Parts: sequence; C-alpha cells; structure tokens
Amino acid sequence: MLIAVLSGFILAAFAPWLTRAFGDKAGWLLAILPASLFVYFASFIPAVSEQGAVVLEYSWIPGLDISLNMLVDGLSLLFALLISGIGTFIITYAGGYLRGHEYLPRFYGIMFSFMAAMLGLVLSNNLITLFVFWELTSITSFLLIGFNHEDKQARWCALQGLLVTVAGGLALLAGLVMIGITAGSFELSEVLAGGDVLRDNPLYTAIVLLVLAGCFTKSAQVPFHFWLPNAMAAPTPVSAFLHSATMVKAGVYLMARLNPGLGGTDLWLYLLGIVGALTMFTGSFMALRSTGIKAILAYTTIMALGTLTMLIGIGTEAAIIAAMTFLLAHALYKAALFMLAGAVDHETGTKNILKLGGLRGLMPITFLAACVAALSLAGLPPLFGFIAKELMFEATIGAPGIAFFVSLLALASAMMIAAMAAVFAIRPFTGELKETPKTPHEAPPSMLAGPVVLASLSLIFGLLGFIPAGAVVGSAVQAVYGSPLEVELYLWHGFNLPLLLSVLAIVGGVVLFLRWEQVLDTFSRMTFIDRFGPERGYEKSMDGLTWLAAWQTRTLQNGYLRTYLSVTVLTTVVLTLWAYFVRAGAPVHIGDLDFTFYELAVAGLVVVGAIVASVTSSRLGAVATLGMVGFGVALIYVLFSAPDLGITQIMVETLTVILLVLVLYRLPGFLKLSSPAARVRDAAIAGSLGVTMTLLILAVNGVTVVEPISDQLTAWSYPEAHGRNIVNVILVDFRALDTLGELFVVGLAGIGVYAMIRLRAEDKGQ
Amino acid sequence: MEAIMALVVGALFGASVYMMLRRSIVKLVIGLILLSNAANLLIFTVSGLTRGAPPLIPEGMQMPDGAWADPLPQALILTAIVIGFGVLAFAVVLIHRAYEVVGEDDLDQMRSTDT
Amino acid sequence: MTSMGSLILRTTARFLLPLLLLFSVFILLRGHDEPGGGFIAGLIVSTAFALYLFAFDVARTRELMGADPRFLLGLGLLIATLSGIPPIFFGEPFFTGLWWPIDVPGFGEVKLSTPLIFDIGVYLVVFGAVMTIVLALAEAEE
Repeated sequence: MLIAVLSGFILAAFAPWLTRAFGDKAGWLLAILPASLFVYFASFIPAVSEQGAVVLEYSWIPGLDISLNMLVDGLSLLFALLISGIGTFIITYAGGYLRGHEYLPRFYGIMFSFMAAMLGLVLSNNLITLFVFWELTSITSFLLIGFNHEDKQARWCALQGLLVTVAGGLALLAGLVMIGITAGSFELSEVLAGGDVLRDNPLYTAIVLLVLAGCFTKSAQVPFHFWLPNAMAAPTPVSAFLHSATMVKAGVYLMARLNPGLGGTDLWLYLLGIVGALTMFTGSFMALRSTGIKAILAYTTIMALGTLTMLIGIGTEAAIIAAMTFLLAHALYKAALFMLAGAVDHETGTKNILKLGGLRGLMPITFLAACVAALSLAGLPPLFGFIAKELMFEATIGAPGIAFFVSLLALASAMMIAAMAAVFAIRPFTGELKETPKTPHEAPPSMLAGPVVLASLSLIFGLLGFIPAGAVVGSAVQAVYGSPLEVELYLWHGFNLPLLLSVLAIVGGVVLFLRWEQVLDTFSRMTFIDRFGPERGYEKSMDGLTWLAAWQTRTLQNGYLRTYLSVTVLTTVVLTLWAYFVRAGAPVHIGDLDFTFYELAVAGLVVVGAIVASVTSSRLGAVATLGMVGFGVALIYVLFSAPDLGITQIMVETLTVILLVLVLYRLPGFLKLSSPAARVRDAAIAGSLGVTMTLLILAVNGVTVVEPISDQLTAWSYPEAHGRNIVNVILVDFRALDTLGELFVVGLAGIGVYAMIRLRAEDKGQ
Repeated sequence: MEAIMALVVGALFGASVYMMLRRSIVKLVIGLILLSNAANLLIFTVSGLTRGAPPLIPEGMQMPDGAWADPLPQALILTAIVIGFGVLAFAVVLIHRAYEVVGEDDLDQMRSTDT
Repeated sequence: MTSMGSLILRTTARFLLPLLLLFSVFILLRGHDEPGGGFIAGLIVSTAFALYLFAFDVARTRELMGADPRFLLGLGLLIATLSGIPPIFFGEPFFTGLWWPIDVPGFGEVKLSTPLIFDIGVYLVVFGAVMTIVLALAEAEE
C-alpha cells in the first residue's frame, strides 16, 4: 500500500526521462501506473464493503506520534478510485493536449507528484501525515498553475492560489494539532472513534474554525473562491484533474472525513450549510456571467464544491447520501467536460464561447460526449447527475433549521447551472461555423478516450444505480455518517417535492438559456461585482503586506549598524528584564562573597581595561588595554581551575595582538564622530545590557535546575575514554562531532580571510 | 566571588556594546574583542567558580577527588575562544576591505554604498 | 614586514622555533591526561611561526613550514573527519573512540586511539587556519 501511494513520487523522478525516450507515446505508457493503481484500489472494494475500514500500519516518526498508517474505508477508497481512474485518462489526454510541448517531461513529473500527494492525503490515517500531503498538493498545484511560467499572468494566478491555500493550510495545521492534543492521538481512526470528546471540549469552536479555514480556502468556498477561476491559467489537463475532480475536493474530503468527530453541532450545521449554499449560488451566478468555456466550468465547479459543503453541513442521512452521490457524479461529468473544453480550445484556438459555433459536423464525437456530460451537469434523467440532484433537493428540504434558505438557493443555482450546461453543449456545436484562429477538426483519440468513457459512466451509473451504490458510495456514506446506512440509488423517486423542484429547475434553465444573450448583457454591465469582490480584498491585503514589508525594511534595516544593534540589544534587555522581574520575581543570589586580594585585583584590572579601551582616543592605548583585558581574563581562568582555558586565552591574546598590528594600523585613527547626546544615548543602551547581564548572573548564581550532565561525563572520562583531562576528553571524544563542526568554522574563517585578500590582489592586478 | 564576576561581565558587555555603537570602524573591532571575552566569562561564571580543583583525574584514580570544576563549560569556552579568534580575523579583514573599497571609515557613510 | 626584525629578535626566533615546535607536539600528545590538546598545541605552533615571521619574512617562513598552510588546514579537516569512520566497521556509531594500547619497552604504555588521531586533526586545522590568516595578511603588507 505504501508503495502504491508513493509510486507516483518514484515515477515522477523518472517521468521526464521516459517522456523524452518515448516521445509522443509516453502518455499511453505512463498511464499504465494510474490504471494499475485503479485496479489495485478496486481490489479493496470487497474488504471495505464487509469490514467498513482497513488500517495498514507503517511507522515513520514514532517518537512524535507521526505514522504513515493508511486508512482505507469507503470515503478514502472513493477518492482513491477517482484520483487513479480520472488520473489515467488525464495522463493520456495530456499526451495529446501538450504534444511536443517543450516542458511536457516536466509536466508529467509534477503531475505524478501531485497524484501521489493526493493519494497520500486521502489515504493517510495520521493527521500530521495528512497535513504534509495536503501542503504537497498545494505546492504541486502552484507549479502546475504556473506551468506556462513565462506568462506573467499565469505566475500571478499561481501565486494567488498558493497564498490562499497555504494561508488556510497554516490554520489547518493549528486545528489538526489541537485535535490531536484534545483527542489524545493523531491517528484518524482513533480520533473519529472518540465520540463526543472533541464536541465537548472547550477548544471545539477554535478547532472547527481553524480546520474550516483550511478546508474553505482549499475547496474555494465563499469568500475564498476567487483563486479557483484564476487557476484556469493552468493547462486544461491540470484544470480537469486538480481544479475540478481532485485537489479542490481535498477540503470537502477533510470535512467529510472529520464529520463523525466534529459534525452534528449547530456551529457545524450553520457554518457549513450557509457558507456552502452561498458558494453554490455564487458559483452558479458567476458561471452565468462568463463567456470563456473554462471559466464557465470553473464557476460550476465552485457551485459543486459549495453544494458538497452544504450537504456535509446538513449532515442528515439523506444529505450524506446526496453528498457522496453528488461527489461521484460531479467528478465524472466535470472531468469529461473539462477535457472536452480543452479539446475545443485546442482544435479551434479560442476559449470564448461567443466566437464558437457549428462545430457539430467537424467534431461529432466531442459534441456527443459534451451532450451526455452536460445533461448530467444539468441534472436530467437518465443521467447519474439527475439522481444526485434529486437527492440534493431531498436533503435541502429536510435540512434542520435552514431548509427554506438552502432549498431556495439550491433551486436558483440549479436553474442557472441547467442554463449553462445547455450553453456549453449547444452553442459551440450548432449554428453557423464561425471563423476561429485554427482550422477545427476532431481531436485525437488520446484526448477523446477520457471524456467518452467518463460520459458513458455517467449514463451507465444513472441507469444502473446499484453499481455505484454497492461498490463504493454505500461504504463512503457509512464512513462519513459514522454508522452503516442502507443506500439505494435509482432514477425514479415518485411524484414528490424534489421532483417538482427538478422540473422547475429545468424549466427555469431552459428560459435562461433561450434569453442568455440578454442575461449576459445585463450582468456584464454589473461591473461593481468585479470591483468589490473578495478578490479586491486579496489584492488590497497583498498591497498592504508589500507596504508593510517595505516600511519595516526602511525602519529596521536602514543600513545603520547602530540601529540593528540597538534594536537587538534593547529587545534582549526588555524581554530578559521582563522575565526577570515579572516572571521570576527578581531573585538575587549573592552567594559566598569570599575573595582574595589578587582575585579582586585581577577583576579590577579587567574592568578598568574595558573602560579605558572604550574611552581612550589613542589606538595604541586601546590595543594595550585590550591586551590587559585579555590577559586578565586568562588569569581568571587559571585562578578558577581552568588551566586549559588559561593557556588558550594567552595564546589567542598573543595572536590577536599580531593580527591587530598587521591590520589595525593600516586603518585610520580614531575619529570623534558622534555628538555628546549620541554618546549618552549609546552609553545608556550599552549600560542597560551590562546591568541585565549582571542581574542575569545574580539570578542564576548557585541555582541548579537539573542535574548537570558533566557529572556523568566526569565519571566516564577515565574508565570509558581513558583520559585524565576531562576537558580534552569532552572535546575529542564525547563531543567530537561538535568539535568537528567547530573545526570547519575555523577553517572557513581562514579560507575566507585568504579569499578576501587574494580577491583584492586580483583586482589590483587587472 | 560570583557576585564580583557578575559586575565584571556586566562591565565587559556594556563596554563592548558601547564600542560597537560608535561610528568608527576601528572601534567596532575593539567592541567585538570585548564582546567575545564577555560572553566567555558569562558562561564561565554561571557554571560556578571553583578554586584550585581543575577537572583533571589524578594518576591512579578513576574520578577527581573532592570537588572539581565543571569540565563541560570549559570545553565549550575553549572552542569558543579559538572560533572567536577566527571570526575576529575574518571581521577585521572584512572591515579593512570595506574601508579600502569605500574609502570611508565612518559606518554612517558606508550605508549609502551597500545597494 | 618590509624590514627584517632586529638581530636579537632573529636570534631568539631561530632559537625558539624548534623548542616551541617540540613543545607543541608535547602539549598535543599529553593533552588527553594533562592540560593541553590539539587546540592549545595548534595555537602554540602558530605563535612560534608568527614570531619567526616577524623576525624574518613571508618567503622564509613559508619555506620553513614546508607546506602551504591551506594544505595543512585541509589535511587536518580530512584527518579529523576520517578519524570518526573506523568505528563504523566495528558496528559502533560514527566517532566512537577506539583504543589500541601499545607497550613500548622502556617508555611505558602508549595509547594509540582514534581520539588522538582526531586531536592531531584539530592541531593541523588550527595551525593551518591561523597561519593562512597571518601569512595572507603579511603578504598583503608586503
């Protein structure tokens, strides 16, 4: 299982090489991996149906309770099958779509990395591992949106997507850690089995808000939805895979996954229900205003994500069944539609739906597949989308507390989506053939295989609802709902309110479709939406961030050494003194005040030397007093039982004098540059550090918090390390690795000096 | 004696920072030397001062007799002294080079050229 | 060092150098049992050569050293790093000390060990680094 999850990363390393080796055939070859993964995951279906969940254990960092345990239940299996299944078609599709593209090898590398990350995300049984994979999907998504990295717009969109999702990811991490601490385990299977532990905890509200911040940004919920349409800057295979079928559903996945542990409260219901419904409505409305074929699909994706969030929030039996059915239905038709949109774009050279027309004769297979997939999107029988929509209406009608609100928004959205499905399937293909940048013809088989298969599945699942119900939807519902449920999917539910709403939606959709150009005209004049949308908020905050960074750079990093030093020193002083007075209660341990005359004399020598060195106006005087300080310190070492330090200090002191003689006298003499006021100010700053350090020593003098390890080192020194000089034994034996690192520092300093001097010699030579 | 050493360390820190806040680059070097001494003495003092009992094991014994000075801070300070010298040499040469390139030993004047 | 040092300095330096060299090796070898060790010994030998440099000039000092100080620096790092490797072949972690006591007749026991080899590496690194700095500066002076 671990190999199955990580195989994507392994193949990602070799994909560029394989792509170069096999050229145009690479797409078909590389698709073997996701296809075999699909078969592998499918083999889990019987076990999951029977046992509900299978946990496979692999330890990773046991000390931190982080594992690579895999949880295979209905929900993760449904996602894994979608990822690997749709992934298979996307890989072959990309081979045709990006045929001969300069960066195709790189594309496959990132794509497989993404696939592996996504599989890891949905299969992980550990919150921390899940988070790692979560962030990996954000990063690979960034690389894929910015795939055309020479395009400034693409880079901008990629950055926006990254910042929004990663900002949410940060909140998510906090939420997940809180879950782990509250539940006492980072293992999902244990957290979810914990019952009301999370819901009864005072941290519950914080956990929900943090986790949802992650889920809402990732799954493009209002008001964070704006990054998703911009993500369409990515090549179409990416949009189809990441930004409709898989990655954006990660947030939905996590909400569904945590539903048994976090769901079932009013907070959960209202937050998810209302935000989801608003997202659904916003997505549909924005789709209606759009003319780009990819933009339309992007907005309908937002609609779908909103619907899923809303359904998970409602949380009733009907809602969870509807959510899982809708999830599958959406993945099938949306991936197909995206690939078809890409095919149209690829063959005609334009994405603008107003400039397309009459392609039916030239691209018959594309047209047929588009019709089937669009019917599923619109929610018409006998497609699988119809079943999903019926179930959704059933769920919204039964929603506790917010039934009217969500049903109304659902109906309005369904009308608009039906209209846009018709626009998508009919307008480019009927009417007169219009002039396009490229001469259109049917797309190659590699680009049609996916849409055709997926569209057919929409039809088959619609007609034969028991296949998906029995295979995975049933066990997925069980995983999300928390207990087993009977799931039966069929087209005909009888004459009831959901059917009525469906009919209304279709009628409304037809009306909207027929008058679409007028609608478009009206809406496109409503430019205030673009001016005041949340995207402006994003831009404003980015501008603010840039401004803040510029301001603090100007203020703190202004090129004056004295500013850096003052800030550092004062921060240290304030924090230390605060801790000293407030937290520690200003302890002073004078200890034994015994001293001999010569000890006092040496101490006085050092102090006098330091003071003279800092006030003298002669360089020679400064160097001499520095020597006094240095030898005084050496004497202190010798007096207090550190002969090694004494010798070292004396040798270094000698060498320092040599160094100063060699260099210092080639520098100019002391200058009196500062004003008296500046000197007083600097003396105050310096004095405050001196006082702080003195207090610090007095605070800890004689205090032993933990047993020093040196006692153990001393005990080992002779018996274990055969050395009588414990200091040397520590240096060359106990802490040899540390010393080695220090040797490298010394070496680097030497080489650095040499390089600087040699560099100058070469400058002069030129 | 630790209390007296606390005053010595405080004086060294104060003097070093005062020198580093001056505008003349030569004074910066002197500040660096003082700072290195101050930090070493700080570690030495807080680990406790012991008279006449170096961390050496007498011939024929397995452990030092009676009280002995803590060897671990001494080991750390020993490398710190040597590294301090290396870093000082590097800083001195760097400053010298900066002086040559900029032709100015007032740190305030150097800032305009670092872009 | 444009002019050579005084006659007294030169005589002293010539006389002291071999003594200090010998002394540094003594300090290095006894370092495991008495005050001393690679760091101190490296500093002592550097000071000895620095004294020689002041008495004579860069060219003579280099000639006397026999090897470029940067070579000694690298060699020291190499020796120090390699001294950590033998224990791996005995199934012990990197840098575990290994000991081979040898009985030398008339001298007593000599403790040959990987920590001693490491300390020799320390000695060479300190010597090499300090001399690299001092010689480079002195050359720039000339």
